[in-house]
Formats: sequence, structure tokens, C-alpha cells
Amino acid sequence: MMTLKDMREGQEAVIVRVGGNGALRRRLLEMGLRGGVRIRIEKYAPLRDPLELVINAMHFSLRVEEAAQIEVVAPAN
Amino acid sequence: MPSTKHLTIALAGNPNSGKTTIFNAITGTRQKVGNWPGVTVEKKEGHVQRFGYELTVIDLPGTYSLTPFSIEEIVARDFVLDARPDVVIDIIDASNLERSLYLATQLREIDCKVLFALNMADLARNNGVRIDAAKLGELLDLPVVFTVGNRQEGVDELLRKAIDLAESGAPVPQKRRVRYSQDIETAIGRLRTFIKEKVTGPLPYNSRWTAIKLLEDDRIVRERILAAAGPVGPAIVAETDRLRRQLADRYDDAPEIVMTDERYGFIAGIMREVLTTARRQRVDMSRTIDKVLTDRFFGFPIFVFFIWAMFQLTFSLGAYPMDWIGAGFEALGALIQRWMPESLLRDLLVDGVVAGVGSVAVFLPNILILFFCISLFEDTGYMARAAFLMDRIMHLVGLHGKSFIPMLMGFGCNVPAVMAARTLESEKDRILTVLVTPFMSCSARLPVYLVLAGTFFAQRAGTVIFGIYLLGIVVAMLSGRLFRKTLLPGADAPFVMELPPYRMPMLKSLMIHMWDRARMFIQKMGGVILVGAVIVWVLSSFPRQVDYQQDYGALREAAESRWVEQIAAADPARRPVLELALSRELAELRRQQRTEQIAQSYMGRIGKTLEPLVAPMGIDWRGGVALLSGVVAKEIVVSTMGVLYAAETDSEDALGRALRAAGMTPLAGLAMMAFVLLYIPCLATVAAVRRETGNKWMIFSVVYSTGLAWLVAVGIYQGGRLLGLS
Repeated sequence: MMTLKDMREGQEAVIVRVGGNGALRRRLLEMGLRGGVRIRIEKYAPLRDPLELVINAMHFSLRVEEAAQIEVVAPAN
Repeated sequence: MPSTKHLTIALAGNPNSGKTTIFNAITGTRQKVGNWPGVTVEKKEGHVQRFGYELTVIDLPGTYSLTPFSIEEIVARDFVLDARPDVVIDIIDASNLERSLYLATQLREIDCKVLFALNMADLARNNGVRIDAAKLGELLDLPVVFTVGNRQEGVDELLRKAIDLAESGAPVPQKRRVRYSQDIETAIGRLRTFIKEKVTGPLPYNSRWTAIKLLEDDRIVRERILAAAGPVGPAIVAETDRLRRQLADRYDDAPEIVMTDERYGFIAGIMREVLTTARRQRVDMSRTIDKVLTDRFFGFPIFVFFIWAMFQLTFSLGAYPMDWIGAGFEALGALIQRWMPESLLRDLLVDGVVAGVGSVAVFLPNILILFFCISLFEDTGYMARAAFLMDRIMHLVGLHGKSFIPMLMGFGCNVPAVMAARTLESEKDRILTVLVTPFMSCSARLPVYLVLAGTFFAQRAGTVIFGIYLLGIVVAMLSGRLFRKTLLPGADAPFVMELPPYRMPMLKSLMIHMWDRARMFIQKMGGVILVGAVIVWVLSSFPRQVDYQQDYGALREAAESRWVEQIAAADPARRPVLELALSRELAELRRQQRTEQIAQSYMGRIGKTLEPLVAPMGIDWRGGVALLSGVVAKEIVVSTMGVLYAAETDSEDALGRALRAAGMTPLAGLAMMAFVLLYIPCLATVAAVRRETGNKWMIFSVVYSTGLAWLVAVGIYQGGRLLGLS
């Protein structure tokens, strides 16, 4: 099963499930990281952590360990 | 004119939705920006008269939701709930409609009158987004106004609609709010009934909202209900828990997660009806800029360059107005000296007030430039990238990427830096950041280094000062790691942060930021520093009755008569030389007298008592007193040393000579610099630490920093002596 941290720069995916503890999970959901949403990895920071991702033209940063909690699949098309 | 009526309007919205721009557009130059006391994020308040109304506009902190996740959100929510503004304007970022609506649905659940300002719609349209505002207003049953904040477009209409809404007696419409799925609605209904049956008195908030928040396990609402419901509180909590368990079983997930999802479901329905996109892969300016600024190879060098440029600008450009202000105060002192008869009051004005405040006022330009640069980083969006770049490093030492921002600001002034820690979401992260920020060497400490390093390290002064700054950073990092391991264990908060698009900064907003800081600084000068300077002067000037070891009056007379005879006898060409010699001798006598007087003053007595404490650092009693006075504000250290070492003029050179003459060694100078770096930053910072973290942490911070400062300084001095240095 693939998580967000397994993705490379420029890759796109669709979120399947957001895991992790309550507060973080809720936060991610509130910011729009929900199942079914299409995301793209914009880049990794120079020290390979955190990473920057794009949802609906909005850019977020997330640590790799947090990204590991987000399950994704390759987009249908 | 009808008599003016007063209305309160709150501005809510996501961070970076252009809220502050709208705020500035509404209140214009007539705004009065004020900080609230207590644990608050800076809310801004503006007053303006429009359309025959007296309007108070509150700029709430930017939030993504009204869940109590960070202080900012709690502040925003509490204001809407408790202060009950007449209208809430929700600033909707048109290019982020979906997420903006998430906050909107939460506002809708609270009983308050809401209207939308659909902001930056022009930008959204350029990106291929079209929003049907009429439809949006109809679906949510509220007025929607298009605005472009930075061009003042739509602001008048927004205000007029807000006033209309406030004045309409219509109840807050209930039908257009989020409907949850059957089981959740049933649970909400049950809890509402349960609460209504049990609680006889009035409850703080409307019952549907209360029930929703309880089911979402909102700790703040739960505490408030427990407090308001009295004896039946525990029963309500028990019923809530029962319902939550039921829902968790039913959905196989926490109720708050399900409810968040359902709100998005509701929003998705709205989005389908009002939004048409022709979204294309954006290859916009912002991404291009970002590619360079956070590049794998160039990211850090560029970052370091920006920080370097900021300090360079601050100190080199700031040096010119610094000289002017210094000269201005000197001239003022001389003027008073000339025009006032000799008296205690004159001494107080010249040596206490003018010299004391003047030695601090010279830093105003530095602080202005530094804050201009920091505002520039913030307004352009680079600050978020700095946190992005630094998070890894900060994470290693137990801090958070966002801790970096307060720490960077700490180089300017610790007070706003400590306040900036509010942007950190977790309380532990915030306390940790507040505790280590004072180790960042603020600009007030620089003059102390300039004097000491300039005196004892001459050519290598720059390197030594750089080393002191570095020492501060290292101590901050090590302390951060230590606190994280011991006092505040646990992982730091997740690094979920929006990276806003780069924007062209607006001069007006930069100026407002800068002016805010300047005002704070000037207030500090007029308050704490003025009082501190006067106290130092009083302590060093009293008691007036001093038993001098020498009769200075007689010595002066003897010198004068001796020289006057010689001058009279000498040939006229040589007279100026002799006169100069006379004035030198008189000055030396004055200096000796002053030294003796201070040694016997209250200040001298305090210093003598302190001596055993500071002696291991190689500092004599005068240095000890200077350090003590520096508790008020670090700038005072230099002016106190000036007074105590009785240097005749204010110039650094003279003070340096006096220090060397008093037997201070380079090693002691280094120890003193380290002590100044690390011990209690200043009263204003201590007050800020207390405001942000409470009494307990404030005391800890004071004891820890001062204890550490002593250990490090003694370590430097004694260690250096063991190595045969001096």
C-alpha cells in the first residue's frame, strides 16, 4: 500500500485515507486533505523534509512522518 | 444628521484571505490599532464613521476553522461567541472557495449574522475560476459582496450591506445550515433535549451549537458547559460520551471526523452549483519564484543571504540616523547644561533623563529597518518558506519549523519575538519557543558588545561579536533539546502549514507594521527606560553627603592658582597650551571625585554587596551594578557603565579607556559579554514571557537564563585563566 511519503516530486495521486492521531487528522481534514482528493507532490525541502504538496492549487507543507499517515493510490487517468 | 449609532463588525477568514487588507481599506488611516491584554493573539481594532454610524471593526486572527486547535482559533471563536459582534464579515478567498466555505459553515452554526466578502475574485478569474455570487448567497441565505481589498473595490458596498444586515431585525436564518446524516442529527437532537431538561438556568451558547461541539469532543465547550451547568454537568458529559461511543460504533470513526467530512459534503454540493472552473496547470510566477527560493542547492544559500542582507541593512543603513539621533540628544543635554542654573534638577535632566533615554533612542532606526525587513518577509510569503527550509533543522533540536520565525525576530527585539510564538499551534511548542527566544541576541545587547569588544579585541571585534551571536544560537538549540527531553516531553506539533502564493507587498501595510513596532519601542522608552534611567541616576547620585578622602575643593583651588600664575607669567603664545593643561587637570580631579562619590552612593553599596557574585567572572562592583541595571533594559548597561566608570564623555573610546584603567581584562570582557547575552533579557521581555506562558514559566525562564549566564561567564573567565589567558 502506498503512502504519500513514497511519492516522488511531481507525482500525482488520490488520497484514500488520512490516518494518524485525532488532532492532526482532523486538522488535515479541515485543510482539505480528505479521501478522494487529488494531490500532487510539488517538491521536497532541501533537507528532504518536509515536503510540499498541492491540492486545488493550494500549497501545503507536511513532514515526511506525517505524510506517511496518508494512504494514496495512483490516479485513474 | 441622525444621532450616530454604534455597531461592531468582526472580520473573520482564512489566513491569507486578504482580511487585513480589507481591514485597512475600511478603517483607512483613521485606525487605532490596539493590543488586547491577556492571552490573546493580536486582534486589531479600528474605528471609523461611515453612513452615519460609528463602526468598530475587529480584525480577528486568520483561521481555517473554529475548532480550538490553536490560540488564534480560540481567540477568534471566543470573540464571536462572547463579544457578540453585530455582524461578522467572512472574507472568502475566491481562489480557495472550498476551504473558505468550511470556516463559513462553522460560523453559520453559531448564532450570528454573517455576510460574505468574496475577495480577490479578479485573481481567481484569471486562474479560470468563476463564482456565481447570487447563487452562493441564495444557497447560504446571506448577502455576498465582491471585493478587491487592495483596490478598495466593493468596500463601501460591503459596509452598507453589513449595516443593513445588522439593522434588519430578521432572526439569524436557520434553514441553510449544514444538515448532518440521520444518526448524527438524532444524536444532536437527543443531547439538546437532554441538556434542556437538565439545565434550568441559561446556557452560554445556543443549544444546537453546544450539542454539536460536545459531540465533537470540543474540550473548551465541555469545560464551559461543566462550569455553567453546575451539579448536572457530569451527567451531561456522561450522556455526551455515551452518544459519542454510539456514533463511533455506527461510523467506525470518531464523530468529529465524520462531521468534518459531512460539512465538506455539504460544501461540495454548494461548489457544484456556484463554481465553474476551467482550471489549467498553473505555471504562474509564484511557482517559478518558489522553485528558485526553495531549490535543493540554492535554497539555503539564498536564505542565508537574505538574513545577512537584513542585518547588513539594519546596522549599516541604520548607523546614519543613529548618529543624528545621538547628536541630537547630546545637543539637547548641552543646551540644558547651558541654560539651566546648576541644580539637582539639571543633573537629573542631563545625566539621568537625556543621557539615559538618548542612549536607547539611538536604536530606533535599527529597529525600524529590522521590522521593515521582517514585515517584508511576512508580506511577500517568504517567511513561510523560511520555516519550510528550516523545519528539519529545528525539528532535530526539538523545536518546530515555525519556532524559527520568533527566533529570527529575536535578533531585533525579544518582545515582539516572544509574542510571535503565538503562531505555534501546540502549547508545548509555544512555551519551548518562548523560553529559548530570549537567547537570540537582540539589538539592545549590541551596544554592550560594541563597547566591550571594541575595547578589548580591537581588530577582531567583529569576529568576537559574531561569536557571541553564535553562542546565543547554540545555547538556544541546546536548551530547546534539553527542555524537550525533560520539561516538555513529547513530539512537536505536526508541520502542517500553508505556503501562500508569493505576493507583491503593499507599502501601506509595511508602513503600518513598522509604525506599530516604532510605537511600541517609543512607549518602552517613555516608560520602562525613562524610569530605569532615573532610578540609576538617583541611586548613583545619593546620598549627597560623601566623606571624600581628599579635599577636592582645595585641590582644585590649588591647581587653579598654580596654573593661573604660570599662565600669567608665560608668553602669550604658550598660554592656550597651558590653559588646556589646566582644564585637563580639573577634569581629572572631577573624575576622581565622581568615582569616589559613586563608590559611596547607594549604587556603590549595592555593587559592593554584589561583588562576590560577579568577581568570579572577572567583573568588579561597577560592572555588577551595570549588569543589575541592565535588567531594566540591556541598553542601560552601557549608560550605567558610563556613569560608574565616570568616563568624562559619552564616547565609547573614553569608556574603553576607563574600563582598562579599572583593571578589566579581555577575558573578563568576554565573560561579561556572554553574561549580557544570556541573562534576563529585560523587564519588557519578562513581562511578555509572563503574558504568553504564565507566572511559573516566567520565573523558570528568569532563573534558568540568569543561572546559565553565570555558569557560562564564570566558566569562560576561570577556564581562560587556567589556560593562562588574561
